[in-house]
Amino acid sequence: MDIIVENLTKIYGTQRAVDNISFKVHTGEVLGFLGPNGAGKTTTMKALTSYLLPNKGTIRLGDYSVTDQPEEVRKLIGYLPENNPLYNEMPVIDYLRFVAEIQGIDKSRIKERIGDMVRICGLEGEKHKKIGELSKGYRQRVGLAQALIHDPEVLILDEPTSGLDPNQIIEIRDLIKAIGREKTVILSSHILAEVEATCDRILIINKGKIVADGTPENLRKKAQGQEMLKLTIEDADKNTIADALQKLHSIEWVNTVTGTTNRFEIQSKPNESSRRDVFDLCVKNKWALTEMTVVETKLEDIFRELTMN
Amino acid sequence: MKEVWIIARRELNSFFNSLMAYILLIAFLGFSGFFTWIYGADVFMVGQASMQSFFGIAYWTLFFFIPGLTMGLLAEETRSGTIELLLTKPIRDWHVIGGKFLSTLILICIALAFTLPYYITIATLGPLDHGAVWTGYLGLILMSATYISIGIFASSISRNQIVAFLIALLIGIFFHIIFGVLAGNMGGWIGNVLNYLNLSTHFESISRGVIDTKDLIYFFSIIAIPLILAESRLASRKF
Repeated sequence: MDIIVENLTKIYGTQRAVDNISFKVHTGEVLGFLGPNGAGKTTTMKALTSYLLPNKGTIRLGDYSVTDQPEEVRKLIGYLPENNPLYNEMPVIDYLRFVAEIQGIDKSRIKERIGDMVRICGLEGEKHKKIGELSKGYRQRVGLAQALIHDPEVLILDEPTSGLDPNQIIEIRDLIKAIGREKTVILSSHILAEVEATCDRILIINKGKIVADGTPENLRKKAQGQEMLKLTIEDADKNTIADALQKLHSIEWVNTVTGTTNRFEIQSKPNESSRRDVFDLCVKNKWALTEMTVVETKLEDIFRELTMN
Repeated sequence: MKEVWIIARRELNSFFNSLMAYILLIAFLGFSGFFTWIYGADVFMVGQASMQSFFGIAYWTLFFFIPGLTMGLLAEETRSGTIELLLTKPIRDWHVIGGKFLSTLILICIALAFTLPYYITIATLGPLDHGAVWTGYLGLILMSATYISIGIFASSISRNQIVAFLIALLIGIFFHIIFGVLAGNMGGWIGNVLNYLNLSTHFESISRGVIDTKDLIYFFSIIAIPLILAESRLASRKF
């Protein structure tokens, strides 16, 4: 089920929390919202779930309008709010039954769905405990279980892995990826590695506006521009090598790294790669090429560049 | 309607899980039993087979206990954020309000059901006006519904349970006693209006065995208005 957001604007008092943003998400896509705290991620998600009414703009889920047919839309959405609020005094299994009933799942299927959720989210040992007694990781699983119990077409997760340990994060990511193959998933995070690992597409939001939109690779390429290499070449004098490198036509500049080893940083000319040339040069002069690393622009750099100022 | 019942059942479970329900039942039965049978203007002192002394006590105990039950209903959900989870499910806002109202009313009815042995005991002691007993119970239920509704409104406007409790008591005390006192001191149409607003006027006429449409309209409107206000308060999150 596709999600189409057009010119969404939400104003709190005088502050534009979300400022005229538009985007589309397709079935089978995992979209990551990335942005610093207070960028408008949560507000956008709340508008998507019909919890908030936008001041301007339209949101459509398939054929339904979120603002005009909220109840139809809510049946199709599974939502994990920020901070994962849950009824602490309820046992896990009672809570899941409550959510299943309120989602209007057929009585005959409720037991089966609860069983599925307990299995998928790994709650077998904790299902009779009260939610308030669970560790943060298990709480998060209960939050996911309640969002998934009615097998929603669209899954909206606000910081799904916050507060989990590394093992749990990997488990939850795998779960999200598996779901994302058939359903539409939107998740938010301010952890870059997370969106990179789980999302097919990334939207970077800052101050209520979309500042970047694309696959992780695309975003990286865009910011990267020219190829950067780190080299270590042995068996010759530092300056000789530097001069030889400088003469290669595919290299724009060479920077000698200070230190005892013959380390260099080189940048290729736009749209060219100098890796073969460097290798050939070493072979010709019988130098040993002991290191050649492509310096990748990290998503962190793009993120900082786009959201600082 | 199914949605209202699902929410009401969850609330009821939560009353019993959090001991709230047991505290209410024990305190209510303790107070009303003590004053009905043992102390003050009790049944034996009055010397008549009548439930009036019980209704008089219940009228006051319920007034104080109900805000304690309703204070958390919406305030706690808003504070913890679970309201967001609830309102993004395929239900309407009034289902939530209705469910919470119903759950508390059911709990009060359970408490009142436990006082039926009083009725049976007094009926064996002498001739009893059975009609007046049943309308007395009806009056207590209507009065409770009124204060539950006011309590839910109070709980919708604050995230703090204690504040919600105090607001509910503050609004309640006007209907419970202040309008009556003012009506006694003022004549003319103002006095009449205040007398009409006074809850005990209507409660007394019902518990004496007279079911007048005027009283029913009074109760139903005082029940409906705070619930509608609470619902619009919930809906105001959207803007």
